[in-house]
Amino acid sequence: MSKGILYDSTLCIGCKLCEKACAEHNGLPYNDDVAAESKQSEHKFTVVLTENDHFMRRLCMHCDEPACASVCPVGAFHKTAAGPVVYDVWKCIGCRYCMVACAFAQPKYEWGSLNPRVRKCIMCPDLIKAGKQTACAEACPTGATKFGERDDLLKEAQDRIRQNPGNYVNHIYGQDEVGGTSVLLLSAVPFEQFGYPSISKIGAKALPELTGVVMEKVPDFIPLWALVLGGVYWLAHRKEEVAAAEAIEKQGSAA
Amino acid sequence: MKFKITFWKVLFVIIMILGAYSAYVRYFHGLGAVSNMSDQFPWGLWIGFDCLCGIMLAAGGFCISGAVYLFNVERLHVIVRPVILTAFLGYSLFIVGLLFDLGRPWFIWHQLIYMNPHSAMFEVGMCVMTYTTVLFLEFLPNVLERFHLTWPLKVIKAVMPVLIVAGILLSTLHQSSLGSLYLIMPSKMHPFWYSPALPFFFFGSAIAVGLAMTIFESVQSAKAFGRHLELPVLVELGGALLVALWVNALLRFEDFFHRGMLGKIMQPSYEAYFLWLELLLAFVIPITMLSFKKVRLSSNGLYLASLSAILGFVTNRLNISITGFESWAGHHFVPKWTELMITVSIIAMGFFVFAMCVKYLPIFEHQPAAIPAEEPKLIRREMPKPSHVTT
Repeated sequence: MSKGILYDSTLCIGCKLCEKACAEHNGLPYNDDVAAESKQSEHKFTVVLTENDHFMRRLCMHCDEPACASVCPVGAFHKTAAGPVVYDVWKCIGCRYCMVACAFAQPKYEWGSLNPRVRKCIMCPDLIKAGKQTACAEACPTGATKFGERDDLLKEAQDRIRQNPGNYVNHIYGQDEVGGTSVLLLSAVPFEQFGYPSISKIGAKALPELTGVVMEKVPDFIPLWALVLGGVYWLAHRKEEVAAAEAIEKQGSAA
Repeated sequence: MKFKITFWKVLFVIIMILGAYSAYVRYFHGLGAVSNMSDQFPWGLWIGFDCLCGIMLAAGGFCISGAVYLFNVERLHVIVRPVILTAFLGYSLFIVGLLFDLGRPWFIWHQLIYMNPHSAMFEVGMCVMTYTTVLFLEFLPNVLERFHLTWPLKVIKAVMPVLIVAGILLSTLHQSSLGSLYLIMPSKMHPFWYSPALPFFFFGSAIAVGLAMTIFESVQSAKAFGRHLELPVLVELGGALLVALWVNALLRFEDFFHRGMLGKIMQPSYEAYFLWLELLLAFVIPITMLSFKKVRLSSNGLYLASLSAILGFVTNRLNISITGFESWAGHHFVPKWTELMITVSIIAMGFFVFAMCVKYLPIFEHQPAAIPAEEPKLIRREMPKPSHVTT
C-alpha cells in the first residue's frame, strides 16, 4: 500500500518545527533567517505560510503520476511503490524540464552551484523504508501533519470534514488533483490563497497523459512516415527512369 | 594576403571577448550568476531562442533537401549546398548552446543510457543527435571534394537516399516534439499560446521559416559574397512561402476559434500586445507583401517579406517560452547581459564558420553538372541524385 501525508491546516499552530526537522533530516542549514524565509528554495523543501491567522504548508505533493518523472529525459525521477517521488541525482543532466513541468512548482534548483542538483521534498524514503514516519510528521506537536496509509488518511480527512463541516472548505486537496497525490491537504480557507492551483486549472487527469497522447503515436508514426517518404522518393525517381528508358527506346526505333 | 581590419571583424572580436567572459562566468560561477533564470523561470533565453528558434531557423535543410531529392524538384538543386551547410551549422551551434544551458553538461551522454521514452525531450534529444549526424554526412561531400577523396564520396552517394529519408523523418519528429514539450503545462502557460495543437504549429512554422530562411540567406549571401543570385529559384520559394504562411495562419485561426479565444485576443493586454506583434510580423506583413506579384518577383521584396516572417515566428517562439509564462511567474523575464552575450556570440560564431566554409569549400562554386536537355538522362539512372558528386 502507498503511504501519504495528511496536513490539516486547522490544527497547525505555525511553529515551523516541520521545517526544522525537514532541514535537519536533509542536512540543510536551519536558523532564524531560514525560518523567516516565506518561500521554498533549494535549501528549504517545505515552508509554513501564514496569512491572517491561517497557516498552510507547501511541499512536494508526490503525485500518483508525476509530471516530473514523465518529462525527465533520463528518468531521474520516479514514483516509488511506497509513495515518495524520488530523485537520482547521478542520472540528472540539469535540463530543468521537471521544474517547468511541475504544476506545483516544487522542484527547485541550485542556481549557485557548479554541479547543480534539483532539490525537493522526497518524503523521507529512508525513514519510510525503516518503518518510521517522515521527519515532518514525527516533529509535528499537534498532529497537523500526519503520516500513514494514503487510503486511511483520505478516509480520515473525509470524516473530519463530515464531523466539522464549518471548519473546512469542502475539498480535500490532493484527492483528485492531477490524478491524485500522496499528500492530502485540509484547509479552512481556499487553497488558492496559498498558491495552490485550483483543480479547475490543473484538472483531475494525470498530467503525463497530455504528452502521452502524442508520444504514444511515435512508434507507429516512424515506420509509416518512413514508408511514405521512401515511396515518394521511389515514385519521383521512377518517372525519370521511365523517361530515360523511353528515350532510349525512341533512339533505338529511330536508328 | 594582407589582413584588412573591417567593421565586421572588429565587431566579431568584441562579441567574442564578451562571450568568452560570459562563458567564464557560466562555468566558474554557475547558471545563477550568468543568467536571470530562477526557480520561477527555469528556462530563459537559451531555451527560448537558442533551442526553440535555433532548430526552427535550421529547418531549411530538411525543407529544401526534401523538395530536391524527395520530390525531385530539379530547379532548387543550386541552393542545396548552402542550405545544408546552414542546417548543419545551426544544429551544431544548438548543441553548443545546450552545453551552456544544461546544469550538468558533462552528463549529456546520459541520454543514451538512461532513456525515458515517455519524455518529449528524450525524443527531441535523440532526433537532434541523429539528425546532426545525418546533416554532417550530407555536408561531408563538400570536404571530400575539396580534398579529392573519391571513394568515400561514392559511399556517401550510395547511401544518400537513406540519409535524405532519415533526415526528413527525424525532422518531422523533433520539429513537432519541440512543441510537445509544452503540452504538459496547461496551467502555467498563457492560454494565447497553450494549445493541444502545439506540435502541429511547431512543425508548420518550421516549414515556413525553413523556406523564409532559405530566401533570406540566398539574398544575404549574394550581397555578402558578391555571387550570382538565383532569382527564379527564389521566386519559386516565395510562392511556396506564401502558401506555407497561409496554412500556418489558418491553423492558428482555427485554434483560436475552437478554444474560444477570438474575443480575448482582440482586447488589449500585455500578452495581447506581444501576440499582435507576432501575428503582424509572421502573417499580416509577409502575406500582404507576397500577395503582390511585383514583390514576389523582386529579390528585395522577397528578402523583406522573408525577414518579417522569420522575425514573426521568432517572436512566436519567444512568446511561447517566455511571455507565456510571465503571468504565471508573476514577473517579467529579461535576460541578463551575459546570458544575451552567450547567445549573440554563438550566432556570431555561426556567421564566422559559414564564411570560412564558403571561402575554403566548394559551397557556391559548385554547380550540379548541367544535363543537356536533348540527351537521354542515362547518367542518372545509376544513382539516387548525387549530392553534386558528378564532376
